[in-house]
Amino acid sequence: MSENYPSTTAHQTRLQTPLGRVRQNGSAKSGTHHWWMQRVTSIALLPLMLWFIIGIASHAGAPYEEIARWVGRPFNAVLMLLLIGIGFYHTAGGLQVVIEDYIRPERSAMVAGLLIRGACWVFGLLCALSVLRLAVAG
Amino acid sequence: MATFTLPKNSTIGTGKTYKAEAGATNVRSFKIYRWDPDTGENPRMDTYEIDLDKCGPMVLDALIKIKNEVDTTLTFRRSCREGICGSCSMNIDGLNTLACLKPIEDVHGEVRINPLPHMPVVKDLVPDLGQIYAQLTSIQPWLKADTAPPPDSERLQSKEERAKLDGLWECILCFCCTTSCPSYWWNGDRYLGPAVLLQAYRWIADSRDEYTGERLDQLQDPFRLYRCHTIMNCARTCPKGLNPAEAIGHIKTLLVERDR
Repeated sequence: MSENYPSTTAHQTRLQTPLGRVRQNGSAKSGTHHWWMQRVTSIALLPLMLWFIIGIASHAGAPYEEIARWVGRPFNAVLMLLLIGIGFYHTAGGLQVVIEDYIRPERSAMVAGLLIRGACWVFGLLCALSVLRLAVAG
Repeated sequence: MATFTLPKNSTIGTGKTYKAEAGATNVRSFKIYRWDPDTGENPRMDTYEIDLDKCGPMVLDALIKIKNEVDTTLTFRRSCREGICGSCSMNIDGLNTLACLKPIEDVHGEVRINPLPHMPVVKDLVPDLGQIYAQLTSIQPWLKADTAPPPDSERLQSKEERAKLDGLWECILCFCCTTSCPSYWWNGDRYLGPAVLLQAYRWIADSRDEYTGERLDQLQDPFRLYRCHTIMNCARTCPKGLNPAEAIGHIKTLLVERDR
């Protein structure tokens, strides 16, 4: 019965059938790339974070010049840029999921998603530029 | 935003208490959610004291005893009373399960019984599962093949092919898992939920089915499939011991292998 007739208890103002509501606008035929990239980036972040924490901890209390020289070395600068890029990519993707989970209506979710993405770009580029200055200009 | 609090007309009050008959020695309290759409009143928790010496061992036995002997207005679904029809799924002692498979002995103290969570309630312990049934219909849970079956036999499967359906065919569609899933609570209008996705995988994994690609196409959606965040409530609550999250994981793996 429930398949052919509107539910009597839910969505009382809507007479569209449950199957019509469920099919909605059809499959987006996407989401796989996003899901897979979240897995790949989280695995990549494991060694990068480990390297970052050990690197920073071993310079605890060191003067600015020494830290700047350490970050500016090519190997460290490349790892740092990777950490920044992958880290912000992963953050944006993760927050995107949180927004999709909890924020309604759809339009607010779209706006929030764009703001998050924009903020991640701005902060990511800021961090990257700082590293590049230490590595190239410093 | 997702709604995290109950609307005013859903807040639950204290109901009546039905005392055990005099002389009862092995008394257990059953606190049961009651709501009658015809009265316009808020839901309430009624308490029934039952003498377990005069009652069968399962929670469903107690419910039937209450309906037969104490309060005939108590409304719930049940049919086979042996865990195969999936009718008597409800929330018992905080966990979705089948009343017919849940021994009263396994519950410490009073037995709290609620309808399946986050579904519209029709009456008392009867939830409106219309949306989930429509979602089940939408994944076309039947064998789809263009090749005609052999005229003189069934469509054949090897033992290995058949073994891939183990852990999937046992699902009785009680929807304990779907209604235990927070992702389904917040996004049930678009997320298909664990039970329906396990059914979808049951046909994807079936060697006789020739529509695997189309089935995957239909599931490949940020909401229909990817609202699963591997919370694992589904596997924990399943009264048949199945693992819907694992089936969903297989679907995700197939999609990655296909699309990357």
